[in-house]
Amino acid sequence: MSDLRDLYQELILDHTKRPRNFGRLENANCRADGHNPLCGDKLTVFLEVENDVVKDVRFQGSGCAISTASASMMTEGIKGKTRAETEALFERFHQMLTGPQGIELEENDQLGKLVVFSGVKEFPVRVKCATLAWHTLNAALKHEVEPASTE
Amino acid sequence: MKGLSEVRAPETLRTVASLDVARIREDFPILKQQVNGRPLVYLDNAATSQKPRQVIEAISRFYSEDYSNIHRGVHTLSQRSTQAYEAVRTKVQRFIHASEDRGIIFVRGTTEGNNLVAFGYLRPRLQAGDEILISGMEHHSNIVPWQMLCEEKNARLRVIPINEDGEVILDEYEKLLNSRTRLVAVTYVSNALGTINPVRRMVELAHRQQIPILIDGAQAIPHLAVDVQALDCDFYTFSGHKLYGPTGIGVLYGKPSLLESMSPFQGGGDMIASVTFEKTTYNKIPHKFEAGTPHIAGVIGLGAAIDYVQAIGIEKINAYEEELLAYATREISRVPGVRILGNAKEKASVLSFTLEGVHPHDVGTILDQQGIAIRAGHHCAQPVMDRFQVPATARASFAFYNTKEEVDALVNGVRTVMEVFS
Repeated sequence: MSDLRDLYQELILDHTKRPRNFGRLENANCRADGHNPLCGDKLTVFLEVENDVVKDVRFQGSGCAISTASASMMTEGIKGKTRAETEALFERFHQMLTGPQGIELEENDQLGKLVVFSGVKEFPVRVKCATLAWHTLNAALKHEVEPASTE
Repeated sequence: MKGLSEVRAPETLRTVASLDVARIREDFPILKQQVNGRPLVYLDNAATSQKPRQVIEAISRFYSEDYSNIHRGVHTLSQRSTQAYEAVRTKVQRFIHASEDRGIIFVRGTTEGNNLVAFGYLRPRLQAGDEILISGMEHHSNIVPWQMLCEEKNARLRVIPINEDGEVILDEYEKLLNSRTRLVAVTYVSNALGTINPVRRMVELAHRQQIPILIDGAQAIPHLAVDVQALDCDFYTFSGHKLYGPTGIGVLYGKPSLLESMSPFQGGGDMIASVTFEKTTYNKIPHKFEAGTPHIAGVIGLGAAIDYVQAIGIEKINAYEEELLAYATREISRVPGVRILGNAKEKASVLSFTLEGVHPHDVGTILDQQGIAIRAGHHCAQPVMDRFQVPATARASFAFYNTKEEVDALVNGVRTVMEVFS
């Protein structure tokens, strides 16, 4: 069962059970809906962006442990970051999960706590669960009207 | 031609009172493997079932020895292939107790069968304001084709509600039938809940008002003895791959008089009697609905699958699976936090459940790590999920090759899930 613990790390389970920044954001000036048609996960990401900086972020929705924890930890990871920093973070997160060789983690890697999701790489069908919130965030930043989808 | 798609069933299967499951499992090569370091426990049979070597070998033998195109060549191989193909039509006719083999149309699967009825039968007959009646537990394949038609024709799709146990409410059904209803389309067995619907009664009620009825038999065919004449349904659809046969082949049964009144669904070769640039005369049924070169090897495989199932006996299969489902239901109910969806009095082989505080997707991953294959998701039945206000369920579905030991593995697996999330 060691593989399972790689996926369901304590930190992930903690965020699943007690998601941070959960709920509507009244002052949001960007928002987007995300949907994973494979498993029915749905979430909404609310952003308050000021001078190109993510001043506040919250999310709402229902999903599996991985998608909920990923959304929760994403909100913690991007608060206070610029748009460009946020995009770079998503790029690195995505690379960690989908790159052919993954990534070499650096000391004080910009991913920070998000490295707990590195185990998801071994579960290809679950990668979309981990990236749903990020795709939705991307859509919100770009003011896309169509719901973000993992497909 | 004798022997081409015949299955030489193990003799013991004919004589033992209950199923010799150990012997049966020997017939399924795929079951003898380890997944993630554990023996495979395959409990996703409602999605698709595994194939016995008798089916695999029949297809291989057909391609190795008899294969050619059908209905056209004068040469020997073409004659052999044609005979084998048409022999399976008769086999299907007997298997579902149809009156004539020309009421058996080979299609790609249940979905194509439902669509053929939607577009070949109902579309020319449907007017604005007309109604199509389905149940609240349909698979998307028995919702979307009707919805498409309703949109096109400005007709109305109406839905028979289901109760808390996952059974259709017959009184409501009766009230919904009316002079505008042009077709009833209802599943025999629910893929998401396992409910066996009282289809005989539903046919009777529809016919009282001269309304034709289609039975979606995808989930029923591997578990229940089907007699389309006793049911008196107008159409019956099923897929080969859920009946231990190959993918890409299925059957639409229709009453011959209805099929004759229908226009072809697709034009092409084999479905014609004669073609000029001015006019084409269509072939007779069933060929009118089988345009182009069909899935010949798929048909041969389906025939072998029917032989296999009949050699064991569908009643025996049904009795064994019923016992297995009852055992699984009892054992899984003992795990704290388990909620079973679908508690109909009549059920077949499907155990749909949720675990408190755990998303079904995570249940699926953790069970897979223990070699246990179940389905997690909405099972192409989103309205059922909405009805029970869950985003998804975990679903274990059983076949006659499953054992009580495998049920125990499932229950232990579910306990492990609860431990991970405790």
